[in-house]
Amino acid sequence: MIVSMIRVTVNGDAQRFDGPLDVAGLLARLDCKGKKVAVERNGEIVPRSAHGSTLLADGDRLELVVAVGGG
Amino acid sequence: MTDCLVVAGRSFGSRLLVGTGKYRDFAQTRAAVEASGAQIITVAIRRTNIGQKPGEPSLLEVLPPSTYTYLPNTAGCYNAADAVRTLRLARELLDGHDLVKLEVLGDPHTLYPNMPETLKAAQQLVKEGFKVMVYCSDDPIQAQMLEAAGCVAVMPLASLIGSGMGILNPWNLQLVIDKVKVPVLVDAGVGTASDAAIAMELGCDGVLMNTAIAAARDPVLMAKAMKKAVEAGREAFLAGRMPKKLYSAAPSSPTEGTISPSQSKAA
Repeated sequence: MIVSMIRVTVNGDAQRFDGPLDVAGLLARLDCKGKKVAVERNGEIVPRSAHGSTLLADGDRLELVVAVGGG
Repeated sequence: MTDCLVVAGRSFGSRLLVGTGKYRDFAQTRAAVEASGAQIITVAIRRTNIGQKPGEPSLLEVLPPSTYTYLPNTAGCYNAADAVRTLRLARELLDGHDLVKLEVLGDPHTLYPNMPETLKAAQQLVKEGFKVMVYCSDDPIQAQMLEAAGCVAVMPLASLIGSGMGILNPWNLQLVIDKVKVPVLVDAGVGTASDAAIAMELGCDGVLMNTAIAAARDPVLMAKAMKKAVEAGREAFLAGRMPKKLYSAAPSSPTEGTISPSQSKAA
């Protein structure tokens, strides 16, 4: 299998990963596994149930968010 | 509970809603929230700290959504599109939770609401099934537009967010209360307990505050004070205050039966 490098932007930071990589894999590599985060990919929500089946593509822009204290 | 705050068909015994920001640490956040008696708490949605220490507690663990009704907000959003995206993320994060606080800000200096963008976001969110409690100006016409858009509560500012300036325009708040049928909550501006009581005496259905508690010298004690103030203000409203009169033509004590006037002992 050819491993290709993919470049994605995660929370504003440009990052490179070995592909193929799905959202669940990304969360694992970022030490977010098991943590309650919500994921938006290119402006669209990726439901938790689809983390394992949503493959990242070169140039994807991801937002990973949590709940924090706020008013 | 006989006198409940009913929002989007859900009943709450407490009419005090509190934010969870600006506290020293999670322990203080939790202690203040508990002391306030609040059942609805606002939270912000922010990018996760990549590489955060594993095992570090999260707000969701400190104040579990099974105990508190979360009200994710859109603080920091300056247009409708960002606010809608933020709340879609909140709904995903909170397992389909649909009760949200919409706020679209006008500028970072005043944090005054941008009403055209707020209305646009409200319409979109309602279309997507969200139950929208909306931070807004104290303009009765705008409030009615938000109600017509399907918002479940309107939340006018009493003064600027975080200012602690209190209820600056009770007349406008009164107009909003008179004009809309959905619950009206004062959101922003409360500085101390009397401000909360005034809002409730006017007939507001609830008060939402964060800084007034978090920035007090003793936040937990202020949270207790706010709980009492909201309850006292609500009861005073329900009791119906006496009319204001320039002069009291009716003394509180009987006018009959006073002792005989003293004899003047003029020499």
